[in-house]
Amino acid sequence: MSLIDARDIVKIYRTGDVELRALDSVSFSIDRGEFVSIMGHSGSGKSTMMNILGCLDVPDEGEYRLNGHSVGGMTSDSLARIRNSTIGFVFQGFNLLPRATALENVELPLIYAGVHARERRERGVSALERVGLADRIGHRPNQLSGGQQQRVAIARALVGETPLILADEPTGNLDTATSAEIMDLFTSLNRSGKTVVLVTHEPDVAEYSARIIRFQDGRVVSDERRDTDA
Amino acid sequence: MLETLRTALRSLMSNKVRSLLTMLGIIIGTGAVIAMVAIGAGASQSIQQFISGVGANILIIMPGAPSVGGVRQQAGAGATLTTDDAEALQREAYSLSGVAPEVFGRVQLVHGNMNWSTLVTGSTEDLFYIREWKIEDGRFFFDEEARAGTKIVVLGATVAKNLFGEEGAIGKIIRIRNTPMEVVGVLAAKGQTPWGQDQDDTAFVPFATAQRSLFRRGIANSVQRITVAAVNGDSVPEAEREISAILRQRRRLEEGEESDFDVRNMAEMLDAAAQSTRVMSLLLGAVASVSLLVGGIGIMNIMLVSVTERTREIGIRMAIGARGSDIRTQFLMEALLLSVAGGLFGIGLGTSTSKVITGLLGWPTVISPGSVILAFVFSALVGVFFGFYPAWKASLLNPIEALRRE
Repeated sequence: MSLIDARDIVKIYRTGDVELRALDSVSFSIDRGEFVSIMGHSGSGKSTMMNILGCLDVPDEGEYRLNGHSVGGMTSDSLARIRNSTIGFVFQGFNLLPRATALENVELPLIYAGVHARERRERGVSALERVGLADRIGHRPNQLSGGQQQRVAIARALVGETPLILADEPTGNLDTATSAEIMDLFTSLNRSGKTVVLVTHEPDVAEYSARIIRFQDGRVVSDERRDTDA
Repeated sequence: MLETLRTALRSLMSNKVRSLLTMLGIIIGTGAVIAMVAIGAGASQSIQQFISGVGANILIIMPGAPSVGGVRQQAGAGATLTTDDAEALQREAYSLSGVAPEVFGRVQLVHGNMNWSTLVTGSTEDLFYIREWKIEDGRFFFDEEARAGTKIVVLGATVAKNLFGEEGAIGKIIRIRNTPMEVVGVLAAKGQTPWGQDQDDTAFVPFATAQRSLFRRGIANSVQRITVAAVNGDSVPEAEREISAILRQRRRLEEGEESDFDVRNMAEMLDAAAQSTRVMSLLLGAVASVSLLVGGIGIMNIMLVSVTERTREIGIRMAIGARGSDIRTQFLMEALLLSVAGGLFGIGLGTSTSKVITGLLGWPTVISPGSVILAFVFSALVGVFFGFYPAWKASLLNPIEALRRE
């Protein structure tokens, strides 16, 4: 069974009388352990697809199954639970809580999963260790560099032991060298068994993945698997 | 739950000035409620003490309102009560422990170059016992003197202080309406009535003295009122019936004929005063609650701003797995914390304000645990009530929109 199974997904935005088909009958599936990049220019529908994949939004038509659960028609509470248990998000703008320490930020998903304080702390620390920030536990986001902030965000995505990591332009705010470090981190996470889905418009970044799905005008225009120098 | 509390606490602490200002409304509101209720309760308690201390058993007989050609005059305007009535009561009523006829008026007392205007009452020795006066210096006057019209006077503490200062007053001669009188006694101070009247600003002279030298009245023997004491508080109704019966008999009034006198029960009069105090304190409390309400609106206002400011944070939390209810609880908790903390500070403010009021103005205040709990619970409810709308608004945010917001 695929982890992600999208079938004939349609998403329509209406502004006044104008109807925009942001996604027009999109189908693909992603298996566990894959490293996939979703590429496209702005307006290609890749962000809309990302929102649907991340269970932040539901399709108007078609069926999206995540980890065996059909997402269509779910209540917002059920979507929140699915997000919490299945998806680790990494955003372009890091999206850390500015007033919380690195560890508190990493613990956040566990709070909503109802994990006890002690276990939360242990798992938070080990997630920060995995991204190489064991010595930055008590720092606040404004005391960290961009790359370090993104590592904290990745640790936050790891801590819930979710099968899927969904990253939206994770290197968009970083310089080239730091981008490479972050992408190496994703690669090693993928090797350790995580399914990683990247949304990006940078071909350099997509190079790291084993499969690239290209979007244009709300449709999938190509879906190619390639050999990475593993 | 504990986690929500910690999160809420952190977000409030991160903006201390704003949190404090928001709380200020609740602090002032709760403080005002507590202080106002304390003032009201203090007033009615001191009235109650006054009733039980002074004269729950006192009855006052006033001349009735006479009809002159069908026009009723003011009560007490007639001269229908006489010393004979008083004597009859003394002789015949067995439910009374004391009877004191009174004439009184406001006159000037002069000693040397000092003068003082006060209420001078002419009465008998009984009045001191009925009104529970204590002697500080010297003595009361006796019934023989009351009948004989001896030119002596017993001064209240305030009068003595104003005429004589620190000197001893006993044996000194003062002039009242140009009549020289010897001071034979100074009364122990009683202090103020609950409505702020100085009970010690008074003087007593023997009944006959007052009648002959101070207040010459049209009808000889007429008295302005008769103050009597029932044997005890329980026998007040009995005494009331007896007085009525004796006086009606003396006047040969038929059944159904209107009495030309009034018997008033001191306790009832004071009860009425206590009643009006209660209404007053209720009003004060209501006005104070309005300020608590305004404080609540302040909380709502700030929480709405806070939700808008923290839209992105809400988006992050939702993306990571917070349900709408988690977000709602978080903001509700913040509002609740603000109002509860405000309520606690307000209790402090209210109690200290009450103390200051008692200290500076001398008003008695009573802080009842009930009013503290009520004000506290009310402030917490205000927090929940006014925190709910912003919290609910936050919980309905769309995570995609919220994440996009800068």
